[in-house]
Amino acid sequence: MSGEPQDCAGCGCGIGGTCARSPAGDDGLDEPRRAFLRGAAATAVTTLAAGVTLYSFGAEPAAGRGPDEKVNPKVRWGLLIDAGKCGDGCTACVTACQTENGWRDTGHPETDAQWIRKLTVKNPRNGATFSLPMMCQHCADAPCVDVCPTGASFKRADGIVLVDKHTCIGCRYCMMACPYKARSFIHEPLADQKPHAPRGKGTVESCTLCVHRVDDGRIPACVEACNDTAGKAMLFGDLNDPSSEIAKRVANYRTTRIRSDLGTDPGVYYRNI
Amino acid sequence: MARVAYQTLDDHGPGYWGLLMLNALILLAGLGAAYVMEHRGHIVTGMTNQIVWGTPHVFAVFLIVAASGALNIASVASVFDRPQYKPYARLSGLLAIALLVGGLSVLVLDLGRPDRLIVAMTTFNFKSIFAWNIFLYTGFLAVVAAYLFAMMDRRASRSAALGKAIGWIAFVWRLVLTTGTGSIFGWLVAREAYDAAIMAPLFIAASLLWGLAFVVLVLAVVRWQSGQELLTDEMLRRFRGLLAVFALAVLYFTAVHHLTNLYASEHWGVERFLLLEGGPYTAMFWVGQIGVGSVLPLAILAAPASGRSRAAVTAASLLFLIGGLAQMYVVIIAGQAYPLNLFPGMEVTSSFHDGQVASYRPSLPEVLLGLSGLSLAMLLAGVAVKVLPFLPRPAQ
Repeated sequence: MSGEPQDCAGCGCGIGGTCARSPAGDDGLDEPRRAFLRGAAATAVTTLAAGVTLYSFGAEPAAGRGPDEKVNPKVRWGLLIDAGKCGDGCTACVTACQTENGWRDTGHPETDAQWIRKLTVKNPRNGATFSLPMMCQHCADAPCVDVCPTGASFKRADGIVLVDKHTCIGCRYCMMACPYKARSFIHEPLADQKPHAPRGKGTVESCTLCVHRVDDGRIPACVEACNDTAGKAMLFGDLNDPSSEIAKRVANYRTTRIRSDLGTDPGVYYRNI
Repeated sequence: MARVAYQTLDDHGPGYWGLLMLNALILLAGLGAAYVMEHRGHIVTGMTNQIVWGTPHVFAVFLIVAASGALNIASVASVFDRPQYKPYARLSGLLAIALLVGGLSVLVLDLGRPDRLIVAMTTFNFKSIFAWNIFLYTGFLAVVAAYLFAMMDRRASRSAALGKAIGWIAFVWRLVLTTGTGSIFGWLVAREAYDAAIMAPLFIAASLLWGLAFVVLVLAVVRWQSGQELLTDEMLRRFRGLLAVFALAVLYFTAVHHLTNLYASEHWGVERFLLLEGGPYTAMFWVGQIGVGSVLPLAILAAPASGRSRAAVTAASLLFLIGGLAQMYVVIIAGQAYPLNLFPGMEVTSSFHDGQVASYRPSLPEVLLGLSGLSLAMLLAGVAVKVLPFLPRPAQ
């Protein structure tokens, strides 16, 4: 392998179109296959992106980010989820995330990764229940980022919390520290990965807020699926932009952030919980 | 006090070679287990996305904590000017290094990507106590190595000031190191079983107990194999007293930790789980840590007639170590088994086992890996006492 910078468009590290770190180099994705998959993905994105963006509902008309353009630190991407519109048995967001990012049920429920899951919350006093999706809360002061010894767990300038698969050593301390059980450890060899969502046995992963789509000016797959096929319970946007729909709603409605008492400043807001 | 004479372990029975072979075999099995875990992934262990740290961490943290405590004998001799402890100072330093190397090896081989050790050694996030611990552990090895040199080199050992200075550095370093190890858990705000500043002093008290217990047991093995009595009656009496004090200190910090949680109603759930309804975890706490690992050895040491015997101190040391492993199991495994409290006061269910107590069954590979850390430590110590004069000569 040459010492030249590798195309790192799928890494999500925020460095830009290229980053000097070497690729993870495992799990069967050799370089020719990577190149082919990148090409195929690029073609698909070019063909579909505009239509998908227009088709999506309730999202920011995000501009996207050029391959060499730095992440905008003035942006704070976030989600607003209305549990009142979230169907009890609906898993459209989960299915969309699986399809988009390539994680799936392998028949090992204790060790399978789950980037997003549906929670059912019941008040034991009166039996009242509600349902909501739970994923990485993309905290501003993320415990997972604080505890990671190598800095592999990091927060992008626009608030998206990610794992750098090149420097994750698989110590799992971030999983111990995360208050939301948002992270999964890859316990088995993987196959059929998505080129835009690199994963690796022995490393930790979690919701990326579909960073590859966000950088393309699109909305996360879960939000898109919820709006297209389910209860339109999810809204994605820039919390720092007062004119954005999500910022307006967060300003005008009573919202809750889960375990906000811990002071981690999550980027995911909930209504009606 | 007369100059202390030291010796290598030359005259010993065949049991010495038997122990070396046994530990070498366990070490090989542990390396094989690590290879399987690295090759097939952690799916071959009992660890899950609920119990992310398993049996290897139980052994690794136990050994690392014991390592810092093993140095205590040397510290008492040089820092606190107690010459009676000096004959055991070299052995104390040796065990500190051996136990730490054993614990760190397990920790590294349990990583998801042990091949990236170089990343861990070159890329740091200094807000992480884990990253600080990498410096504390490697620094400890260097400081104790220098400490041993100051004690064992013919010229350096003549300088009392040098020994005292390095002794102080090592003493402070070991306190910081164990504070760092306890804080790995104490600084985890997300989990109710941790998130407590008392974890650091609790770990320091435990280190003193386990480290001394290891020293006593190694001296017992030397006695068994060489027939030499290296532990004088006076030191036997002192070690017996120290073991009891350290064990009571561990019990005290454990009690304060639980009582503090019991006072706050928000923690009743986790306390009910740990102390009453946790099934195997509750049994491990009451039977393993408290009963077999603390009360029984304290009772043995306190027995009016037999408590002062070598057999009693040796048996109590062994039980304290078994209790220490049980304590680490409760802290590490039970602490994770209790579910995260996403919605306080509410019942939460999901396909990701939210709201459920996690089940955990250690698999053979991870048990072998954990045991191999102990075996590596004993192997290093066993070889070292044969090639270098770490052991005192028997008192005339």
